[in-house]
Amino acid sequence: MDNRPYITCLELIEFLHIYLDGELPPDRVVEFERHLSVCDSCVHYLSTYKETISLGKAVCRDPDAPVGAEVPEELVAAILSARRGAS
Amino acid sequence: MTAEGRKERGSEQELVLLLQSGDELAFERLVREQGGRLLAVARRFLRDEEEARDAVQEGFLSAYRALDRFDQGSRLSTWLHRIVINACLMRLRSRRRRPEEPIEDFLPRFQDDGHQVRHPTPEWEGSAETLLAQSQTRAIVREAIDRLPDSYRGVLLLRDIEELSTEEAARSLGVTENAVKIRLHRARQALRGLLEPHFRRTASC
Repeated sequence: MDNRPYITCLELIEFLHIYLDGELPPDRVVEFERHLSVCDSCVHYLSTYKETISLGKAVCRDPDAPVGAEVPEELVAAILSARRGAS
Repeated sequence: MTAEGRKERGSEQELVLLLQSGDELAFERLVREQGGRLLAVARRFLRDEEEARDAVQEGFLSAYRALDRFDQGSRLSTWLHRIVINACLMRLRSRRRRPEEPIEDFLPRFQDDGHQVRHPTPEWEGSAETLLAQSQTRAIVREAIDRLPDSYRGVLLLRDIEELSTEEAARSLGVTENAVKIRLHRARQALRGLLEPHFRRTASC
């Protein structure tokens, strides 16, 4: 029976980004996965952390302002006037 | 490169030559084509309409001044995008410090022994894909990103949205790569914490 102590939730969450980037040393990966096999809370933390990244990307990359999106006329006028001033 | 890509590149090279020769109509065309998209980017970084417009204007002016140095191997849109982001970052840096919401409130809490048994993380109602099918999700996520303090929102946008490498983000922000990694992790954690009350699975009877 494996009596080694588990790493804590704090250790896991503190270094989660390094784990996800694949930059943890192999022995640490084993410890992370051992903790995840017994801790539902950290499993949920890991999955919701990943969903958060996906949600941010999806929302900020909405094609609500593609190339050619409307630009306020006052801004166009201000930019053109500033350009003339800089010529 | 496809035939269409070659044609596009060809017309972009023509546009660059016109711009470099000082053609005002070409410049106006560039502003109209790219301005709206760049304004959306600046709004995300600065959360202030007036400042976002100023940053876009500064970006176009910087681009105008640097047109002679534009590398024909780059895409004009990518080049402008970077210039406007730099204008936003300069503004974020020089902005007078506004009172920021403490980020610690949205980070996980632990017991003294380092576990979170008393404050377990709940599951969410579904994956990002499922949540995005709900009408209010986009507004909730946008609002949560806007609530992040400037220094965290900036790094999150640069790394997760603009997809700059850690090295590029560190250079843009004038901080170490390690600082970028830590700040990004904190920003994602805080965003997760802000979203949790909206998306957590509620106990059913």
